Amino acid sequence: MSTATLERGLNALREQIDAPVAAFFSSCVNCGMCAEACLFYTETGDPKYTPIRKLEPMRRIWEQEYTIVGKLKKLIGLAEPVTDEMLEQWQELIYASCTLCGRCSLVCPVGNDIAFMVRKVREGMVASGNAPPDVQSAAIRAVKIGSPMGIRLKALQAQIKHIEADTGLKIPVDVEGADYLALLSSMEVINFPEYIESLAKIFKQAGVSWTLCSEAFEATNTGIQIGSTDIARELVQRVVDGAEKLKVKYIISPECGHAYTAIRWDGPNLIGRPFPFKVVHILELLDELRASGRISTKDLSGECVTFHDPCSIVRKGGVIDSPRHLMNMVSTNFVEMPDHGKWNWCCGGGGGVSANTDAEELRTRVFRRKKSQLEESGATTLVTACANCRLVIEEGLEEYNMEFPVTGLTEMLAEHLVIEED
Amino acid sequence: MIEPMDFLLWVRGTAFDVSLGIFVIGVVVRFFEIFSLGRAANFAEPRGTEFGPGMRTILTRNIPEAGTFKRQPLTVIAGYVFHIGLLISLFFFVPHIQLFAATFGFGWPGLPTPIVDAAAVLGIAGLLAVLWNRLTNPVMKLLSDKEDYLVWVLTFLPLLTGYLAYHRMVDPYPLILGLHILSIEFFLILFPFTKLMHTFTLFLARWYNGAMHGRRGVES
Repeated sequence: MSTATLERGLNALREQIDAPVAAFFSSCVNCGMCAEACLFYTETGDPKYTPIRKLEPMRRIWEQEYTIVGKLKKLIGLAEPVTDEMLEQWQELIYASCTLCGRCSLVCPVGNDIAFMVRKVREGMVASGNAPPDVQSAAIRAVKIGSPMGIRLKALQAQIKHIEADTGLKIPVDVEGADYLALLSSMEVINFPEYIESLAKIFKQAGVSWTLCSEAFEATNTGIQIGSTDIARELVQRVVDGAEKLKVKYIISPECGHAYTAIRWDGPNLIGRPFPFKVVHILELLDELRASGRISTKDLSGECVTFHDPCSIVRKGGVIDSPRHLMNMVSTNFVEMPDHGKWNWCCGGGGGVSANTDAEELRTRVFRRKKSQLEESGATTLVTACANCRLVIEEGLEEYNMEFPVTGLTEMLAEHLVIEED
Repeated sequence: MIEPMDFLLWVRGTAFDVSLGIFVIGVVVRFFEIFSLGRAANFAEPRGTEFGPGMRTILTRNIPEAGTFKRQPLTVIAGYVFHIGLLISLFFFVPHIQLFAATFGFGWPGLPTPIVDAAAVLGIAGLLAVLWNRLTNPVMKLLSDKEDYLVWVLTFLPLLTGYLAYHRMVDPYPLILGLHILSIEFFLILFPFTKLMHTFTLFLARWYNGAMHGRRGVES
């Protein structure tokens, strides 16, 4: 990457301004309703976290360079420029206090997709050198090592060996012509290898032809989180290359929120062409296997369980009904949280916030939203479908001294899976 | 010294034509500014469609989400009251329709004046509530800039002067009627270049929002 400068940052912002952005800024009447949709405002009461205000750097560029009045104001010296100091000050607003959860985008009365624009502002922050150092180094690790957590192929191979030895299951790697290529998040490799084991178990039972790819196993995309199209493109390209090499028909996005956004919705646009394969989220695939009768479950407990919707999968991804069908497959006592589905509240750690040490204290504060949602649900176990949400929630619960087991949906399904011996 | 009658004739004639011209050209230019920026092609395989969900969101954003409403009822209620009061006064006051019919050759039935009168009062009260909210609500206070107050004044004056004119509360009548028309001319001239444009662009913004979400299979 070339050196970050203010000029490059401003150029990056200019490049992000399109017709929807202009329509959104033209429509905002500063009503402040978006604040009420944002857990960073509702849990702190600090108006500086109002979502639309986070876009001020891009709004200024838009007004001053893409509207007649703004150009006139600039000409006679009435315009306030976007400076390095401003962008530095905005780092907290653009990174530490926005998880790109997109709840504000559903609430805005004039229809502004605010989260879509925060993602765009991040491009300017990266290009001007104002992205948080932690997230920046995660992005560098992702590009250089292949994983934001610095996990190499060797680590995955070791996990595979363990799982194969423990369970007798086969984890296929680099199988050319398999139907499905499964991607993993680093967190799954290191913190939740149960996910890999669960895939092997479920796919064996359902007769799904699948594989991992030694050159493209990492699903997470720090380029998407930090807001760098260049990095995002490079990381997506690796996956596309791997999938094309193995000639798979589908890619399975794992239990990770932003990985789904990255590969499913942004991926083809990053590489500038449609994919020659389809992308499915693991929950979509499991729901298909359920609907076609290829998997069934047994020994369901009556314990009260609830489901935390990862923002990127549900509100921003459209995988809304599948997790509900699957929850009813693993429990006879599934209850919803007060705001659920597309209205769910973020765990507080999405969009790179959990990788940002500057955001730690704030993240703990805003976790109160999830805490009260959990308490109101009456459930005693939480199920989710994102390794990042899972870790953030576990940390939050610990911080507030709450005993509340958290598990992954795929893992829970594998636990209750009916195995027919052949 | 200009006579009130001369003033009225001027605002009804030349001034009105000029401001209406600026309004129309300005709105067209603003839409051109927006559309000329374009939108990149989307290569991701869609889960849903764009057009229908976009149109749906244009309608559904009229109703606030329940939880958000509970946290900020004043913004919602005051917003509704002043918009409805304003629109009824503007479009259902018989003299307004007559003016429109005289210019464009067609009109529509008006509402009885007591109803319009009540609507104007509601509009004025709603706008005062909006202003109070803007000055006291910490979020709105922080967000608001000079333009927010300018558009408030631009919206408030036509309602106020219209009310005063209708009730003959200012003497001479041609003066207050002239001021009422003048206030509308300020409104028209500044409309395309201020947030008043949201009146039109919000349909576009809501459509984009609904379409972008709809493509992913999310009702927004």
